[in-house]
Amino acid sequence: MKNSPSTTERIEMHRKMVLVRRLEERLGELHKAGKTRGPIHRCDGQEAVGVGATAMLATSDYVTSTHRGHAHYVGKGLGVHGIAAEILGRETGYCGGRAGHMLIGEKASGVIGGNAIVGASIPAATGMALSIQVRGGSDVAMCFFGDGAAQTGICHESMNIAALWKLPVVFVLEHNQYGLTVHHSVQSPVADLSIRGAGYAIPSEIVDGNDAVAVYRAVATAVERARRGEGPSLVEAKTYRMQGFSTSDMGGYQGEEDLAAWAARDPIKVSFASLVDAVGQERLEQVEQEAVAEVDAAIEAALEAPLPTFAVFEKTAPYAESF
Amino acid sequence: MAKLRYAEALNQALREEMQRDPSVFLFGEDIARYGGVFKVTRGLMDEFGEGRVRDTPISEQTLAAMAVTAAMTGTRPILEIMYADFMPLVLDALINQASIYEYLWNDVSMPFVLRTQGGGGAGAGAQHSKSLDSLVAHIPGLKVVAPVTPADAKGLLKTAIRDSQPVIFLEHKLLYNLRDDVPDDPDFTVEIGKARTVCEGADISIFATSRMVLESHKAAELLAADGISAEVIDLRSLRPLDLSAIKTSIAKTHHAVVVNEGWRFCGYAAELSATIMDHAFDDLDGPVARVTLPDMPVPYSEPLEMAVLPNAAKIADAARATLR
Repeated sequence: MKNSPSTTERIEMHRKMVLVRRLEERLGELHKAGKTRGPIHRCDGQEAVGVGATAMLATSDYVTSTHRGHAHYVGKGLGVHGIAAEILGRETGYCGGRAGHMLIGEKASGVIGGNAIVGASIPAATGMALSIQVRGGSDVAMCFFGDGAAQTGICHESMNIAALWKLPVVFVLEHNQYGLTVHHSVQSPVADLSIRGAGYAIPSEIVDGNDAVAVYRAVATAVERARRGEGPSLVEAKTYRMQGFSTSDMGGYQGEEDLAAWAARDPIKVSFASLVDAVGQERLEQVEQEAVAEVDAAIEAALEAPLPTFAVFEKTAPYAESF
Repeated sequence: MAKLRYAEALNQALREEMQRDPSVFLFGEDIARYGGVFKVTRGLMDEFGEGRVRDTPISEQTLAAMAVTAAMTGTRPILEIMYADFMPLVLDALINQASIYEYLWNDVSMPFVLRTQGGGGAGAGAQHSKSLDSLVAHIPGLKVVAPVTPADAKGLLKTAIRDSQPVIFLEHKLLYNLRDDVPDDPDFTVEIGKARTVCEGADISIFATSRMVLESHKAAELLAADGISAEVIDLRSLRPLDLSAIKTSIAKTHHAVVVNEGWRFCGYAAELSATIMDHAFDDLDGPVARVTLPDMPVPYSEPLEMAVLPNAAKIADAARATLR
């Protein structure tokens, strides 16, 4: 099938999904143990979207993310130590502890970056795509956003402009069913938000967001189209948020039946089942164990890493009296 | 040196910088085919093409956010927001996006310019006449300039385009037809953060922004008739402020009036007043006087609008009151 990932790529996607899952689980433990600050927005169950959609990107391509971006970060190539250390507020984090887990950015990897104003990742990627077009490059900008962000005015404005100017942007709608605690049926009259693409003449596709290979195929087609200068595409990946809005979420509004049904279709299970015949159980389990060990080591190292010391940021503080 | 209108001086700055640097591009509403509602971008699409001079949909919120990220990824965007009254629409891009990334992320710069124009006096009504300087000057990480003369318009815009940080460039609708000498030299620039002395004086310092500099100059003439020697300082750069010029002038006159066309409460004049107290309190012999728009919408009808706008007479009155 066109744009199918190779077995090697599929193993790498599997590995990255396990990295993300282990990171989320460890962060949950650390939060309960009082070793993290502020809310953490876990993406358990959504790993196939972030990992599958970024697997075909080059380092020079850009990704804009959300407040729930760990799979996007790992997918686009950020290392687990830098992510974990940033989340733990350490000097060795990607942003030296200045950003925290929602706002991780690393320009050299094209991750600029996390964005915790819901919807803001959409014009952010559109602006990068404008920059690419003005400069005349063949890079693409990929935007992750959720079904909650799809209801913002800037989503409409950005899609209109991107389509009007044929900007090289790929809109990846990570439909996890909830905007904070509010189900999508209470936020939008339509269940399939990708039908809105027609209003902008943007090709749109719905994919199983728990199947990394399905995500990869659809997004790869969109990326190729963008690189050819034919404009934006919209991929709506249907998935489900398994762990509540954030670590501060008291829960109680997600149905047990829904949770059980989506757990049965866990993206890592789906990936394992589809790879096991070709790769073998032993090798896949080894990949998983190594990924788990990598995350555990990264977190131990991050916990040992020094906390940052404050320095006055001269650019935003021209008057010493501010301090 | 040529005599140019303020709008023509801006146009010349844009043309020179676009010729100099292919990563500079313009976008905004009505700026390309029509040349901008104040004619600042006239002729530029014909010269530089539709790729670098773009008409946009009416989508200010997104356009500003796009300027931020386009600037972070290798271009120098110049966005025109037609009226300063529309600035509330772009505040997320400025406050939650532009102002944070240079601090949070490594190796990021944001060389974009957001041009807009504000101010009253043209009968444009309550949604097209405001000066919202304090909204943008409040934001750390942004530079804010407001030229008054055609030469400063050109020189400051060129500097703003070359700056590695976001610059909010505030024009005034009543300044576009002002005609004066403008240097032809393509290397002519005006440094951001330096005030300009409009006229020297010994008794009181008047610190003003944008069109209020012209009213303050007229006020100095009114005061001269009363035997009061007023020094008028055009701040030019609202952030960063030229603290040295402010302190030097007050050390000489020991009195200060601050003039800004925006609202009074929590306004730019309030910040100026507090800054003067922080830095020059020991040199002051009287309270800092503030002249601003009253805290109300700008009315439409001419006598109503003229009643609320700050002007030379109000500035002179404020100066006399604080000297008393």
